[in-house]
Amino acid sequence: MADPMKIRATVAGDATEVKVLMSHEMETGQRKDAQGKTIPAWFIQSVTAAWNGKTVLSAQWGPAISKNPFLSFKFEGGAKGDKVKVTWIDNKGETRTDEATIG
Amino acid sequence: MSSTMRAAVAAVVLACTAPIVLAQGSTEKGIEQYRQALKEGNPAELWEARGEDLWKRKRGPKNVSLEQCDLGQGPGVVRGAYAHLPRYFADTDKVQDAESRLVTCMVTLQGFKEEDAKKNPFSAPGRHSDMEALTSYVAAESKGMKLNAPLAHPKEREAFELGDYLFHRRAGPHDYSCSTCHAESGKRIRLQELPALTDPGEAQKVFTTWPAYRVSQGSVRTMQHRLYDCYWQMRHPQLDFASDTATALMVYMAKFANGGEVHAPALKR
Amino acid sequence: MDARRRDVLKGGGGATLLAVLTAAGWLKPGEALAQAWNKAAFEARTIDEAVKALGGGAQAQSKDIVFVSTPDIAENGAVVPIGVSSSIPKTESIAILVEKNPSPLAAVFSIPAGTGPTVTTRVKMGQSSNVYAVVKADGKVFVASKEIKVTLGGCGG
Repeated sequence: MADPMKIRATVAGDATEVKVLMSHEMETGQRKDAQGKTIPAWFIQSVTAAWNGKTVLSAQWGPAISKNPFLSFKFEGGAKGDKVKVTWIDNKGETRTDEATIG
Repeated sequence: MSSTMRAAVAAVVLACTAPIVLAQGSTEKGIEQYRQALKEGNPAELWEARGEDLWKRKRGPKNVSLEQCDLGQGPGVVRGAYAHLPRYFADTDKVQDAESRLVTCMVTLQGFKEEDAKKNPFSAPGRHSDMEALTSYVAAESKGMKLNAPLAHPKEREAFELGDYLFHRRAGPHDYSCSTCHAESGKRIRLQELPALTDPGEAQKVFTTWPAYRVSQGSVRTMQHRLYDCYWQMRHPQLDFASDTATALMVYMAKFANGGEVHAPALKR
Repeated sequence: MDARRRDVLKGGGGATLLAVLTAAGWLKPGEALAQAWNKAAFEARTIDEAVKALGGGAQAQSKDIVFVSTPDIAENGAVVPIGVSSSIPKTESIAILVEKNPSPLAAVFSIPAGTGPTVTTRVKMGQSSNVYAVVKADGKVFVASKEIKVTLGGCGG
C-alpha cells in the first residue's frame, strides 16, 4: 500500500492553508531502465481535498507533476479542530486517503 | 609531486570548475529564488514520518522497537542526539555516526544480523531504505540545534587524525582526494558550488544539511551516501557503508562544522 | 454555482462534466474520479490542443494571473516550483502547462466557490521553456506565461 501523505492545515483569519506532500513515483512512461526497457507510466491522476465533507479543491494531474508531489492552496471557512481529508487516485487505480486536523 | 603532474592535476580541477554560461550574478540570484521556493514542503518529511514509525515499531527477530536505542544521549533519547554525532560509544568501543549507531541498535536490540542491518543503506527506484528513513527521523529531531560533535575522547581524536589523512590522500586513476574539490573556496562543477569543508564558515552551512532530499534523485540521501558517492566519483575503491573510514571522514568534517545549526533533512538539487 | 451548472449544460463533454460536478460538490470526493481524467487534454502535444481538450477556446492574455513562488531558473528540472494566482472574478479552474514538455498539460485545478484562486505545486521540465497558466473564469479563458530556465548541476549537492 502507498505510504501516508503528510497533510498540514492551518487556519489564519478567514483562510485555512492546506499543504500536502504525497509519496508517489510519478513515473512519466518516457524513461528507460538499465536494460533499455521503457518504465511504464505510473502517476497520480486525480486529487480531491474535502473539508467537513465539502470539496475544497479537486485536481487532475498528468505525469509531469514531480515525484513525491507537493500541493498547497487556501480555502475559507475552516476552524481549528475541523478535519481536512485528501484523496488521490493513480492511473493503476491505486488510491490513498489521509486526514489532518486543522491547527 | 613534479610540476608536470601538478599542472595535470590543475587541469582536472579546472575541468571540474568550468565557467558557467549565464552571467553569474543573475544566475545565482535565480537559483537562490528557486531554493527559497522549495523551502516549504520538503518531501524528506515523508521519510521522517516513515522513520518515526520504524523507530517505534516492533521489528526484527526479537520483535522490539528501537525506542531503547542509545544514540549517545542515553537510551531512548532521540532529541538532540544527531547534533552530538559522531561520537565515541563505550559499548562498542568505537566512534560512530548516526547510521552506524542505528546498525548497532538494530543488532543488539532487535536481533538483526549485522549484514542484514547494513544490507540496504541506500534506496533505489521502487525500493525504500529503512536506514534512510530512520536517519531522517533522527536528524530531524536535532533541527535548529548547534552541531557539537565531541572530539575529546582519545578514540575521537584518533578518528579525526585518520579522517585528516584520508581527506587529503590522493589516490585512484584521477589522483583525486577529497581536498581536490573541497578544501578551497569558490570552486564549482557546472552550477554546483563545491563547499570548502575545511573552512568553518562553509562547513557549518553544508555538513549540517545531510541527510537531504535530492530532487535529482527523488530520494533522501544520507551523509554515508554522500561520502560513498564522492568516493565513486573520485574512482576510489568503494567506501563501505558505516565503515570506520566513513566515520573518520565525518569526524574530520564535523570538527570544522561544529557550531553550525542542524538543518537536516534539507532539500537539494 | 448556478453559473457553473449552466456551463456544464453548455459544455457537455464527459470528463469536464464529471470534473465540474465534483468541484461543485455533486459527487462525493474520490467518486468516479479516475474516469474523469481528461486523457485528450493530458496527451495533447501543443498548448492549444490541450486548452481545446479542456473545453476552452481562444485565450486572452491577462495581467490578473501572476506566478507566485515561481523562480526564473530551476536548479533541477525534475522539481520546478510553480504557483499560480488569479485575481480574475469567478475563477473556476487553473491549468499549468509547460510548452516544451512532450505533453504540455501538467495539471488542472478546479476551484470551487470559497477556495482561493491560488495553487502551488511542482512540475517536471525537460528543458528551459515557457510555462503557461490558463485560467477559466466565468466561461472565458485567460492566459499568462513565464519563461523558466533549467540548468544542469554538478555531481554533489
